[in-house]
Amino acid sequence: MVVGDLTDEAVDHLFHALADATRRDILRRSVRGELSVSRLAEAYPVSFAAVQKHVAVLERAGLVTKERHGREQLVRTDPDAVGGARRALDQLEMAWRGRVDRMSDLLATGGQDG
Amino acid sequence: MSVTHVDKDFDNLTLTLVAEFDAPIERVWQLWADPRRLERWWGPPSHPATVEKHDLTPGGEVTYFMTGPAGERSRGWWRVASVDPPRSLEFTDGFADEVGTPIADVPTTAVRVALTEHDGGTRMVVRSIFGSREHMERLNTLGAIEVFQQTVGQMDALLAG
Repeated sequence: MVVGDLTDEAVDHLFHALADATRRDILRRSVRGELSVSRLAEAYPVSFAAVQKHVAVLERAGLVTKERHGREQLVRTDPDAVGGARRALDQLEMAWRGRVDRMSDLLATGGQDG
Repeated sequence: MSVTHVDKDFDNLTLTLVAEFDAPIERVWQLWADPRRLERWWGPPSHPATVEKHDLTPGGEVTYFMTGPAGERSRGWWRVASVDPPRSLEFTDGFADEVGTPIADVPTTAVRVALTEHDGGTRMVVRSIFGSREHMERLNTLGAIEVFQQTVGQMDALLAG
């Protein structure tokens, strides 16, 4: 995780930003960096201003950047903020190690039913 | 006994993992082939999996959802490419939306599982390849978010207890 390099204040911002389901959803939708704040706002049953505020919280936490594109501002989730490519393979490895452990446990304890 | 070897190929976006089990090949195969067993190990303890559709035939589909600590569900699917019981299975693993429809635009990984008899037990080789570098980075973003959700969930549980 990125936490190791951050100040306490930055970690507070990060956790605050990620503690909200709508903001996590905005992060997922903004990975491609193609959506403006108004397009994002269409996806949620809250006001444009509320979504704008969510994006500002994410921006302050360093999780998204805004890029001016004509009259619109496009929101992009910053991949470096949440991890580089190497971390993806590390996470996949951790996921599979966990699975293999659970498979071992099932085989050890389950008898023919395991 | 479990993981004996891991290789991460950053150029080819490939994870290869070798594990050995002290059980006959048929029993290891059943962990994949029986949906009730599959759901006991596929998801992490914090996000247990529920398998809905389970059709291990070429072109067949497996669909599942994982339930998080706050009751939130994330859905996934496999598209089976080939199957040769009890020796091999190849499938694409992807995300789905709230109603289970595969999301064309999100990351997938191609998974190949090979089982062989080894030393009286079973060796399993899992090779997992990201669809593209862009896919890998996006999956990574999703993965990091899940880790955070999990952490926040655990903190909530600690604070509540």
